[in-house]
Amino acid sequence: MSDNVLIITDTSFDTEVLKSEKPVLVDFWAPWCGPCKAVGPIIDELAAAFGDKIKFAKCNVDDNPLTPGKYGIRSIPTIIFFKNGSIAEQVIGAVPKTKLEDTIKKVIGESS
Amino acid sequence: MSNSEYDLIIIGGGPAGLTAGLYASRSRLKALMIEKLLPGGQIRVSDALENYPGFPETITGAELAQRMTEQAGKFGLEIETNEVLDVDFSQKIKKISLPDKTISAPAVIIATGASPRKLNVPGEEIFLGKGVSFCATCDGPFFHNSVVAAVGGGDTAVQESIFLTKFAKKVYVIHRRDELRATKILQERAFANDKIEFIWDSVVTGIKGGLTNVDAITLKNVKTSDTKNLNVDGCFIWVGTRPNIEFLKNALELDKNGFIITDSHMRTSVAGVFAAGDIRNTPLRQVATAVGDAAIAAFSAEHYITNL
Repeated sequence: MSDNVLIITDTSFDTEVLKSEKPVLVDFWAPWCGPCKAVGPIIDELAAAFGDKIKFAKCNVDDNPLTPGKYGIRSIPTIIFFKNGSIAEQVIGAVPKTKLEDTIKKVIGESS
Repeated sequence: MSNSEYDLIIIGGGPAGLTAGLYASRSRLKALMIEKLLPGGQIRVSDALENYPGFPETITGAELAQRMTEQAGKFGLEIETNEVLDVDFSQKIKKISLPDKTISAPAVIIATGASPRKLNVPGEEIFLGKGVSFCATCDGPFFHNSVVAAVGGGDTAVQESIFLTKFAKKVYVIHRRDELRATKILQERAFANDKIEFIWDSVVTGIKGGLTNVDAITLKNVKTSDTKNLNVDGCFIWVGTRPNIEFLKNALELDKNGFIITDSHMRTSVAGVFAAGDIRNTPLRQVATAVGDAAIAAFSAEHYITNL
């Protein structure tokens, strides 16, 4: 996994995500989920490209059930963009890199 | 041969695309396979492939995809993660538009497969990821001790319903007919599973719930027209597939459901363009049929290129 991607836990979620000054992308995933494995490397690539403008994080839903429960996540991969502590955008399922790139640009205000 | 950058471009990286790539590379064609996610396609979500020969102990879709990718790579197949936006098949050299460039080759194999078909009922879109799902291996564990509905009567619906009983305490299988289309061995297992209850002759007309969860689905009996609510925590949908043809526009002849029409050599309506696997107008959509199609498509493409 890329160094640019933070591992988020139920304990660190509040500090690292909700109280973050930068917008945060959180990839909710689990080791048993096939499509999550397709999204993981894309997140790493995007983190290298946009890491200065947006914080990239991954949350393993097996080890951290409280956070996905709080946001009603019942499907993974789910990628949620947080801005000032609330949900700005949400992408469900494995999607191509272009789709995530567009959403990132929207969140950081560089719509294409 | 040609003066384009590739001899063959394969669009799609499921079992069909990977097999076409394997054959093309062994024929020493300069071949490129384009896959928008990770190679493997729909089988990535399958927890056990019991009907692909050679694996009596069964194999997961993800592992088979990994092995197929390695095997094609061993013979030199070039794989690129990218998304095809548009195609131009009007000239002898076909052009493929990607977000960052245009590439060309005299021959193209389309192996973009299919995606799960939606029900198109109220609530389906809103509750996607919040109780509505198309993937048991991805989302099943979220329904531990829950009551879920599974819609459909084919192989996927029945096999995945059985998988869901590992987590859910009750699985209602909702089917519009009074018998299943699924393979007999899967039917036997489903009928023997006491967590599964069948609701026959019924279709889902709506999905209801709160802000972030599903509470119930509405069912309509197609024979009596009676409607009723069924309380469930989730609704899994397996009612067949639709072809992934958005990038094709009107470039090729399709059947009435949008699948590409081919002959027995996997030739489409355009010379030099071939199709293989689930995207093709075919009576059966399996890994076994996809790899067979793809071997023929690669063979036909090679024959086409050498006779240019």
